[in-house]
Formats: sequence, structure tokens, C-alpha cells
Amino acid sequence: MSRVRSLIAPLVLLAWMLRAPCSGQTGPDRSAPPVPGAAPTLRLPAIQRLKLSNGVRVLLMERHKVPLADVLVVLKGGAGADPALRPGLAHLTAGLLDRGAGSRTALEVSDLEDFLGAQISAGAGWDATQIGINVPVARLSSALGLLSDLVLHPTFPPAEIERVRDEQLTEMLQWRDDPEEIAGTAFPQAVYGTHPYGRRVEGNEASVRAITRDDILRFHAARYSPSDATLVVVGDLTAATALPLLEQAFGSWKADPTARTAAPIPPAPAIASRSIILVDKPDAPQSQIWIGRVGPVRATPDYFPLLIGNTILGGSFSARLNHNLRETKGYTYGAFSVFDYRISTGPFVARAAVQTDKTGPALTEFFHELEGIRGEIPADELSRAKGYTALRFPQGFESDAQVASKIRDLDLYGLPDDYFNTYVSRIEAVTPEQVRAAVQAWIDPRNSVVVVVGDRRKIEPQIRALGLGPIRLRSIEDVLGISKKAPTKKKAPKE
Amino acid sequence: MNVFTRASLTLGILTLAAAATARTGEAATPSPSAPGVPCASDAPARITIPYTEFVLPNGLTVVLHEDHAVPLVAVDVWFHAGSGRETPGRTGFAHLFEHIMFEGSKHVKTGEFDTLLEAAGGDNNGSTNDDRTNYFEIVPSNALDLALFLESDRMGTLLDVMSDARVDQQRDVVKNERRQSYENRPYSGVYLKLPELLYPANHPYHWPTIGSMEDLTAASHEDVAGFFRSYYTPQNASLVIAGDFDTAAARRAVERWFADVPAGKTPPPISAPPAYLAAEKRVTLEDKVQLPRLMMVWLTPAIFRPGDAELDIVASILASGKNSRLYKRLVYEMQIAQDVSANQGSKALASEFSIVVTAREGHGLSEIEKVVQEEIDRIKKEPPAARELERALNGYEADLYRSLESVGSQADILNAYEVQAGRPDYANEDLARHRAIDASDIPSVARRQLPDDARVVVSIVPTGKPELAATGAAAKGGAR
Repeated sequence: MSRVRSLIAPLVLLAWMLRAPCSGQTGPDRSAPPVPGAAPTLRLPAIQRLKLSNGVRVLLMERHKVPLADVLVVLKGGAGADPALRPGLAHLTAGLLDRGAGSRTALEVSDLEDFLGAQISAGAGWDATQIGINVPVARLSSALGLLSDLVLHPTFPPAEIERVRDEQLTEMLQWRDDPEEIAGTAFPQAVYGTHPYGRRVEGNEASVRAITRDDILRFHAARYSPSDATLVVVGDLTAATALPLLEQAFGSWKADPTARTAAPIPPAPAIASRSIILVDKPDAPQSQIWIGRVGPVRATPDYFPLLIGNTILGGSFSARLNHNLRETKGYTYGAFSVFDYRISTGPFVARAAVQTDKTGPALTEFFHELEGIRGEIPADELSRAKGYTALRFPQGFESDAQVASKIRDLDLYGLPDDYFNTYVSRIEAVTPEQVRAAVQAWIDPRNSVVVVVGDRRKIEPQIRALGLGPIRLRSIEDVLGISKKAPTKKKAPKE
Repeated sequence: MNVFTRASLTLGILTLAAAATARTGEAATPSPSAPGVPCASDAPARITIPYTEFVLPNGLTVVLHEDHAVPLVAVDVWFHAGSGRETPGRTGFAHLFEHIMFEGSKHVKTGEFDTLLEAAGGDNNGSTNDDRTNYFEIVPSNALDLALFLESDRMGTLLDVMSDARVDQQRDVVKNERRQSYENRPYSGVYLKLPELLYPANHPYHWPTIGSMEDLTAASHEDVAGFFRSYYTPQNASLVIAGDFDTAAARRAVERWFADVPAGKTPPPISAPPAYLAAEKRVTLEDKVQLPRLMMVWLTPAIFRPGDAELDIVASILASGKNSRLYKRLVYEMQIAQDVSANQGSKALASEFSIVVTAREGHGLSEIEKVVQEEIDRIKKEPPAARELERALNGYEADLYRSLESVGSQADILNAYEVQAGRPDYANEDLARHRAIDASDIPSVARRQLPDDARVVVSIVPTGKPELAATGAAAKGGAR
């Protein structure tokens, strides 16, 4: 019955054949669950810090598990630094890079990408623009040539700008159909108002219509600059083999005279009251509930205490929110909470999609848990949350792309060189008092925004009965700022 | 986004909705698929997947694959029963049962399955499709024993603690999963309808894996017991462990923990009437959406059967990348569609080949269908260009590498190959069967498997706009 294919297997098979048959065994001791022994340590290869001849920084890690490589070009300043009248500019610009670059048309770029078995990803996040390529390492040289064309020599053909603009506008039209997209737009508007984080990375219909080719060319010249760039390289390669290829691809990159680093994003004012935004989605069988407020910056000293506090509240399956709303009450398929860290003050949000007729009871349970986490936390919950966050750390380092994004964050957020190696000890050092203080500072259900997207006719009475605070009614069109008719005459939505 | 899609459900065809360039395969397993025609000088290396396989006295098949890249271990169990083993009146039961598997067993109190794993730094999940149900834990390598304790305890003693209350509680959760993933998600209602359009009433694939609300309401404690005794036996399961462990030690641990799991009966092979479509079926569904969407679906050869690999390639040639035929015409050149996907969704008894196109504003589905039909006609007539084939094959090969990067995905792929092909390291043969495809094979397979007069054509239109549906008239009349 036994089929064995590994090199060491013949010995294993022999050992197994010599063992007594299992039939006489009574079975293992199940009186108590086995207690894991000493935790293993994640041993990462060193991050090699290199430089190209033009000063472009390279962060490289060798990983020899599968014959792939992942290369990221990270440019400081993302959607958070979009001009106030042009939200969506960083996103649209990044989306156009593979629509014509160097001597290649959009279709030729795509043909080469597919032929190489590569995956190109180009997009703007809140804090950076990132252009990446993931490719079988045997084809890295060709892939880097393509990547460098995308970043350094995009041609932004007018016809492609219109194509990408139409795609983006159509995507925005489709957001109307999806309650999660509607809530995901209404929530930041309510929390941040006119602060840049009150927008979406994609901008809005009016801004996407308004962006011109000149805007894009100026933005590219200003922000796609070698002095703001970092190359992150991870994969089945060595510095000795990769550096000449990187030099060839990016060594001649020179800054445009108009290049300038994005201005820092100011912190957003804290939410200082409680209000409810109700967006009507007639006949929806569930309500999207998003509750939250402005959170801390990524560099906050509260980071690790909040990691533990939020893990207990809503950061794992057995966390309080999910345990209560899903496992105990059955109101939802899942409830969770998260701090969305950014360079400036990103949001904290607690979320779930709950069945329509339980919208009121679900809100009651949300607030019960949001208040409860501010109190004394039992020692067993604290130790479980510490174990969970510390011991699952290696799960973020499996694929080349995962590792590259971890290295990117280390660099982007100015985390210390020993951050990965001290991560576990930083969690172990968190005290109950630190968790309590941090949670009380940042999770405050009385000073939060509540966004509910659902069937107003059925849920408004349930919500009013709770007396949570003033209710503002909004329509989907109002939230998304989309008009089907005569769209060019519509102004940008008030935020 | 960090969501507990735990106990999430995967339907073979569901991946289509999400991916604009869907590639292949069975949704539940990160789909291995295909190979590369190497570009001459820089051909990627062939992969090797060393493993040890054995069968315990109680019938449980075990596969061990060492990989020390990170100090993690994945424990992955497949029970060879999915919604195909349900009976009419109890649809959705295999998946409801999956949820109940996390609620505790004789030596694991309710809630402890998660709290014990989380304290040790572990994550877990499960999924159900027509053919199988899988469960997995990803744990630091020091917690392998804990994962084996939990898996073996529920395989051996789930029924010892079963109660009506447990069934009731997860019933409500699953109903909310249905609301979240189907009823309140644009275009997703079609996945509740498609099975009955494709398969006869007595076929195991005739109903959706998520089941009907009525049947979920009717499921009882006795149903749980019966299903467990019939299908959750060690003979009907396979266990794959991948990651950072010593094979000899892991083998001893498996033998220790699973020694007291009693052997049950081996379920009889699943019986299914032949599935075929005798005619073209046209259906229009209204949904709360802005834009209409066309779905064309054929019943095609089961996984690893002749034609299955060719249809992977056809899907890629039609809709993967900007140069794919449908994308290039509908989205890039004519700009009458927002997205296009094509997929050979391979399953054990029959596969489903589908083409999905979402129209742009102002365009109806007949206009879309005309172009789709022209491209189907074309791929039946002439072999694809060498470059089209190479792009498809190179993409498959790179996807396979990517799917082997994490221990969880490794374990699930090895389990899939073990179950579907009889060998956990079948990846190379799977590559080879794709690599063996010649361009001249494609038209005949397309002619045979994608007939115009035996398919399901669904138009999903905005409520109140049935005039946007595909009539087929333009496609057949206007194409030439």
C-alpha cells in the first residue's frame, strides 16, 4: 500500500515495516490537548542594501524555494498626495503605464507579459505607487527591461487614456450594485470629510472625467523620480546575478527637472461625536455595518498594544466580535475589526454584513463589544492574542510577493532594521496596561461614525429605536457622486 | 482585507465572476494547471516534489511533503464527499456539515478548536464543492501535534457531542453566508440557478453547493449523523502534511493520533446519469445591476479526461490577457464590454466551460453575443497561432510555481492530485499533458465540446430591461 518517492523514504519504509502492527494500540492520550514545544524562529536571509550607479536604492533578499522572482519599484507618495482637485490621478497614471511604454503598444506590452509568464501589477496605494513584476527567474532579464520601460518610458497614448478612463468610470457605475463598495465609499467620507483620506484611491466620477493628459504627464515627471524610488527584489537569485540586470534596466534613470517629493499628509481631526449615516439599498437582504473613526499613524508607539487589543476585539476568528455576532447570535457570516495603518492617520473600522431583520440587535452587540474592549481584559484572552500574533508571524513570509511587500513596508514606514527579528519580542513585551491605554485612546464608540447600507424601510425604525445619535440619510447616487444622465455637467460631490 | 471566510464555500464555476482573466481549474484548489513551452534559451527548471505516502490500518491515506523554507506546517484533509452526495430535500447539507466540523468533538469543547489553534499561532479553514470537502490548519512547526489532535478527534468522535443546538447555530450562519455571497452580491444569483439548467434532476450536480433556504431549514441532527457515518470515514479521506517537519517523526505522530479513529465503511462510488444538453437553453434573469452580463456555459469532459486540457488552452486563448481574442475585440477594440472571462471548470463527473462578458453601458447582450459567436466559430475552424499557444502555456507554468510558494497551497494541490490523479506529485504530468497539445488539436476539440446547439445561454439584465437579453438571432444570422 505504501508508495514512497522521496530520497530518504526507503529507510522510513524499512523502519515502518519493522514496527509492530498498530491494531493492538489503544490510541493516544486525549485527556488534554498537546501543548506545543518551543516555538520555532523565523530565520530570514539578510536584506541586502545595494545601490545603483545613479543612487537608486535596492533592497534584495535571496529566496531559493521556487524558480520565481518578484521585483517592485516603489515610489513615495501615493493617492494620499493627489492634488485636491484631481483625486484618482496617481491611480489613473499607474493604470496607464502598461498601456504603451518604450517602443511597445498596450497590446505588445501585454503580449510580452503573457509570453514571459509574468504578472505585472501597477497601482497607487495611499502611501506609494508600486509597479511590480512577478516572473519565472529564468526570464528575469527580459522582465526587467519591460518593467523599466513601464516606469521610465510610458507613452500615455491619448486613445489609451480614454480607454482606461472609460473602464474606471464603468467600474464606478458598478459600485452602485455592491453594498460593500457603497459602504466603503460612504465610510471614509463620513470619517474624514475633506481630508485626503475621505476620498477613494480611484477618485470620483467628476475627477476621473476631469483629469487631462497634461495632468498625467506632469504627475509622472514630478513623482516618478529615482530619488523617490526604491527597488525591492526577492526571489531565486543572488545580488551578484541580479545587480547587473538591475543596473542595466534602471541605472540610467535620471530625475526630471520638475521632480518633487510629495508633500506630507496632515493628520485628520479626531471624530468627537457619534453620528449615523444610513444609505438606502432597497430590498437588500443584509445590511453593511461599518463603525469607526480616525486612527493613529503607522509609526505610533501604540502599534503593538493596539495589535493585541484589536486581535481580541475583532482580529481573529475567535475574537469577541465574531464570536458574539456570528458564533453566538448567528446574525452574520463574519464580523471583524481592523486598524488600516498608513503614513498619516488611517482609519479604525469594525464591520459586518448582517441580516436585515437583525440590524438593530447587531448594532447593539457591536457597541457592547466596542465598549467592552475598553475595560479589563482577562489574562487568557491577552495571552491567546499574543500567541496568535507572535507565532503566526512566519505566515507573512511564504511567497516572494509577500516578502517583497514586507520589505517595502519596512522601508516606506521607516521601521528599524531589526524589525522582523524583534517582532516577536516586541509583542511579548506588551503589558496589559499598555493595551488598555491604547485601546481607550483609539477605540471610542461614543465618538465614532456608524455607516449602515441596507433596506431603509426595514432598518431605519430598528436603528432609530437604539437612540445612538443623529441619523443622516444619503442616497447611493449621493455617496458615489455618479450621474447616469449628462455626466459632464455634474459637479464633484460635496464631501 | 482580513475576513474570516472560514467555512467559505467554493463552487467550481464561481471563480469566473471575480476574475477577468480566469484561467482554469477547480475553484477550491489553487488550480495547478499548466506548463510552459519554454522560450528556447531561458526555459524554466522542472519542478520536483518529493513525498512519502502510506495508508494507515484504518484506511486513511497519508502524504508527507517536507519543505523547510519557513517554520510552518500545513495539515490538509480531504473527505471525498461534497454537495454531490446530498439528496434532494437536503441540499446545502455537505457545506452546513462542514461548518459543524469546527464546533467541537469529544475532547474539544465548543470554541476550543479555534482558541487552541490561535493560542499556538495557527489558522484554519475549510471549503466545500460538488466533489469534496477540505479542511486545513496552518500552524508553526511546533504545533503539528495540536493540529493532528484536533483533526483526528473530529474525524473519530464528532457525533459523540452532536446536538440540535449546534446544527441550529450554524444553520443561521450559513443562511447569512448565502445572503452575503449570493443574494446580496451583484450577478451572483445566477450561480444558484445554473446547476439546474445544466444537469438533469437526478444528477449530483443538479443543485448549488450552498443549497436552498428551505433545505437548510430542514436539516436535522439525524442528517448530520447519517452523513458523518456514510462519508466521514478514514477510508474516504486523505491527509496531506506539507512544510517544516521531519518525515519520520511526522509519520509517527500521524500513526499515533489517528490510530484510534475507527474504520468505517467505504462509500459506494457516486452514481451519476450521463449529463448532456439536448438543445440550447436560453434564460433571462433580472438582477439589481447597472449593466447586463452574458454567460455561455457548456458541459465538457471531466478533469483529466480527453479534451479537458485543450479546453484550458481554449479558455486562455479566448480571454486571458489583452491579446486574447474576446478581450481584444470586445473590450479593447470595440469597447462594448467591461470585462471578459473564460474558464474550463474541471470537476470529477463533468466539467463546465464558460464564457462570461459584462457589457458596457448602452450595449445589449445580442450585440455582445454576435462577437462571441464569431470567435467561437473561428476557434473551431483554424488552429491558434503558435504565439497564442505559447502565451497560454507559459502562463500556466508560472501559475503552477506561484501555487507552490506557500505550504497551505502546496498541501492542497498535492491532495487534489492524489485524489484526482492518484499521485500527489502529478504536477509534472499535468504540465506534460498541456505541453503535448498541438495547435492542430484545438479546432476539433472546440467543435466537439462547444456546440452551438447544446449549451446554456444566460442573460443577466437590469431589472425591467429584458430587451437587453441575448436573443441569439444576431449571432446566428449576422455572423456571416
